[in-house]
Amino acid sequence: MTTTTTSPVLTATGVTMRFGGLTAVQSVDLDVHPGEIVGLIGPNGAGKTTFFNCLTGLYIPTEGSVAYEGTVLPPKPHLVTQAGIARTFQNIRLFANMTVLENVLVGRHTRTKEGLWSALLRGPGFKRAEAASKARAMELLEFTGLADKADHLSRNLPYGEQRKLEIARALASDPGLLLLDEPTAGMNPQETRATEELVFAIRDLGTAVLVIEHDMRFIFNLCDRVAVLVQGQKLVEGTSEVVQSDERVIAAYLGTPFEGAPGAEEAAEVEAAEAGASEAGATTGAPQDETQRGTTARTEDGQ
Amino acid sequence: MTTDKTQPTPVNEAEPGATAPRTTLLRALTAAGGAAAVVSTFLAWTWTAEFPGDLTVYGYPGGLQLLTLVLGIATALFALAALGLKGLRWLTPSGSTQALRMLALGTFAVTWFTVIAIAVDLDGLVNLEPGGWIAAVATAAPVATTFLLPDDTRPLCRPEKLPSWADILIIAGVFALGLYVVNYGIQTDADHPEPFIGYLIAVAFAAVALIKAGLVSRISELTSAYRSTTLVAALITAIVFPFFQDKSSFTELGVNIAIFATVALGLNIVVGLAGLLDLGYVAFLGVGAYTAALVSGSTASTIDVRFPFWAAVITGGVVSLIFGVVIGAPTLRLRGDYLAIVTLGFGEIFRLAMLNLDGTSGPSVTNGPDGIPNIPPLEIFGFNFNDDHSIGGLSLDSNGNYYLLMLLVTIVVVLIFSRAGNSRIGRAWVAIREDETAATAMGINGFRVKLVAFALGATLAGVAGAVWAHFQSTVVPEQYVFAGPVPPNSTFLVAAVILGGMGTIGGPLLGATLLYLIPKKLEFLQDYQLLAFGIALILLMRFRPEGIVPNRRQQLEYHETGQLDVPGATGLKDGAVGVTKAEA
Ligand SMILES: Nc1ncnc2c1ncn2[C@@H]1O[C@H](COP(=O)(O)OP(=O)(O)OP(=O)(O)O)[C@@H](O)[C@H]1O
Ligand SMILES: [Mg+2]
Repeated sequence: MTTTTTSPVLTATGVTMRFGGLTAVQSVDLDVHPGEIVGLIGPNGAGKTTFFNCLTGLYIPTEGSVAYEGTVLPPKPHLVTQAGIARTFQNIRLFANMTVLENVLVGRHTRTKEGLWSALLRGPGFKRAEAASKARAMELLEFTGLADKADHLSRNLPYGEQRKLEIARALASDPGLLLLDEPTAGMNPQETRATEELVFAIRDLGTAVLVIEHDMRFIFNLCDRVAVLVQGQKLVEGTSEVVQSDERVIAAYLGTPFEGAPGAEEAAEVEAAEAGASEAGATTGAPQDETQRGTTARTEDGQ
Repeated sequence: MTTDKTQPTPVNEAEPGATAPRTTLLRALTAAGGAAAVVSTFLAWTWTAEFPGDLTVYGYPGGLQLLTLVLGIATALFALAALGLKGLRWLTPSGSTQALRMLALGTFAVTWFTVIAIAVDLDGLVNLEPGGWIAAVATAAPVATTFLLPDDTRPLCRPEKLPSWADILIIAGVFALGLYVVNYGIQTDADHPEPFIGYLIAVAFAAVALIKAGLVSRISELTSAYRSTTLVAALITAIVFPFFQDKSSFTELGVNIAIFATVALGLNIVVGLAGLLDLGYVAFLGVGAYTAALVSGSTASTIDVRFPFWAAVITGGVVSLIFGVVIGAPTLRLRGDYLAIVTLGFGEIFRLAMLNLDGTSGPSVTNGPDGIPNIPPLEIFGFNFNDDHSIGGLSLDSNGNYYLLMLLVTIVVVLIFSRAGNSRIGRAWVAIREDETAATAMGINGFRVKLVAFALGATLAGVAGAVWAHFQSTVVPEQYVFAGPVPPNSTFLVAAVILGGMGTIGGPLLGATLLYLIPKKLEFLQDYQLLAFGIALILLMRFRPEGIVPNRRQQLEYHETGQLDVPGATGLKDGAVGVTKAEA
């Protein structure tokens, strides 16, 4: 569904991040095109989150550069967000003592410009801007299904809703590219389904999505393209089918060389039947079932 | 304000007829105990007028007996309300037992404090008249009965809607009562600590009782429903305050409270909203004060200019702003505790610099330890601030003039705080305080936003300092220390903010009031003030980390709509306690 001829929203070239002797990310190239949902998978400690941090300026990459719509971004988080890349965090980082609405309003920061003076003078311009921000924030809460919780403190939300709120907050900056770091970690299957729908809806609104996830069914349902990171290096990149059937990926996840698993055919059929309803519905890779089980367990460890 | 019967109550207490006979009996006994305490205050408790307040008279209560009287009446009334007496049930919208316990304990504590103080001050129990013994017994009984009562705490009852004039009258009454209570405390005899200690005990227990009874929540519902009325009422209360004072030492307390409360509120922007620990805030007050003193036309000033007052205030604010930016710009780029260390250093450097710019150790600017005295009295439109004035038959002394001037500054700072706090920039401050990484990832330029908060705080301190210099008519370096027995010092200000409640308006005002007034009234405490600070803060952090006045955001935690999904909400149901006292 994506044409690779359009100019990419995100171009990461040769991104390398070293912490002392540890190379967490090594020469990773990645493009994300408009309207695309790209997955980033890899075992724990592969450097996925570190890669996100490099993209968003939280870390200054040791080498390499990140460009948004062709312009190279300075490694300053607020400038990256201003340019149009928004993100969520693997370990939820909401403003715990602010209300749900206020959290989203903070997300609007870069798209409004009222400073101290207009806040003190409270002219009509200020009131209009404030009302517009509120309206937009409520719209986003509506969109993520949190509108009725607008006045709650964010720390009082259940886990799944906190993740949704992080997405709403990130969307408030009207990003061209949204980075999601394990958006379904800790969610039950229904919530995961809902998040899947939400990500599709976000894509349909014209925001490209780059998503880290350990839930393979989620990733392969959702993504147009998947990149696999192992020990800081990009191992494979391609469509779900390509990635699922790549022996090196399976080896990286299971830690053992792949040998045609008996009964894999049946497992794949079950998978396909389950995923049949979804539009991506392309789950034919033999070892997926095993892969998913293995990684779900690991996600729980990670949390 | 009768209770709505449709509201489900967890404990079977909605219908007074349905309560167990034991409960009814205990409540009746409590009411009787309250009445007995009231009666005892009409007797003599001691034989000599040497004990402050003259407790020797049969026939009417005096001194500390008044506190027992008021709390005794309250105990009796609340007990009658608990018995379901028609017309009184509005007193206990969220249950009576806890409130009764507090009132009974308060009556007991005040009375026993008085009785023991009599025995100690006058050397021996023989100094107690029978009235004292009766009071001691009469106030002990309700403590026993109320602690045998079953707990009947229930969610706040929705009261019937009253006509709006009645609501407004209630608000006015609350502010009048608040003013009376504050006045009573301020006017207690400063030569003897006993009346003020008794007052503190009584107010503390009564305040907790009102919170437990749910009256405070009722009032804060009313005040938020009638915001502008409340603001007008608060304003009037604050303005009339000096007209009720018959001694200039009382109005002086008022001016100082207004100044320190304002400075604490300015610091609250930095500490409470933006989460920047500024341990040298008093230096900005000093910058403003020294600047204003230098340009005031004082004979001791090394600069031979005489700015009008408004220009001196602006100069003070601007110079403070410059210092704020100079200190903040390099430090705020770093994360962590650097700011606390740098501001701590700045505070000390400021004081030492003022000491040494005396013409011998450095250039002659500040006269060193002598400071800059003889700042000429303020005169605005022919209104001399050092003269007494009479307005409509009410007299206003020099302190009263400065009080009203300072009140103006307080109002400006309150406005700035609430407007800035409730805007894009204020949300950015809170976001930075909550999680700086997430805030910058949301597009907030952390450095810029923090610098604005820091500089704004510095400017407000500078403005307050300029007014303070004129009020004091002198500035000396030793006023601007990190910690010391006399406010303002940086420790005092930070403690006022933390004690009162970070990020709120009422909090620092209340905190500064308490921290200033208590050592002033209890002279014997003065040497131990820092120790008392420390103990108070430790106790606070243990039992009420959000401060006396909880943040609106923290209050939301206990909000009805949020109750379903509040994990581990504790039983605190406190409203904005500080509102009524905020104007002091
Ligand atoms: N600030 C840091 N300093 C030192 N080492 C770091 C830092 N951040 C990450 N690392 C290391 O970099 C490696 C990659 O970590 P990262 O968090 O990016 O993994 P991940 O792929 O997101 O894993 P997970 O699936 O568990 O989230 C790990 O070995 C981690 O310990
Ligand atoms: Mg990670």
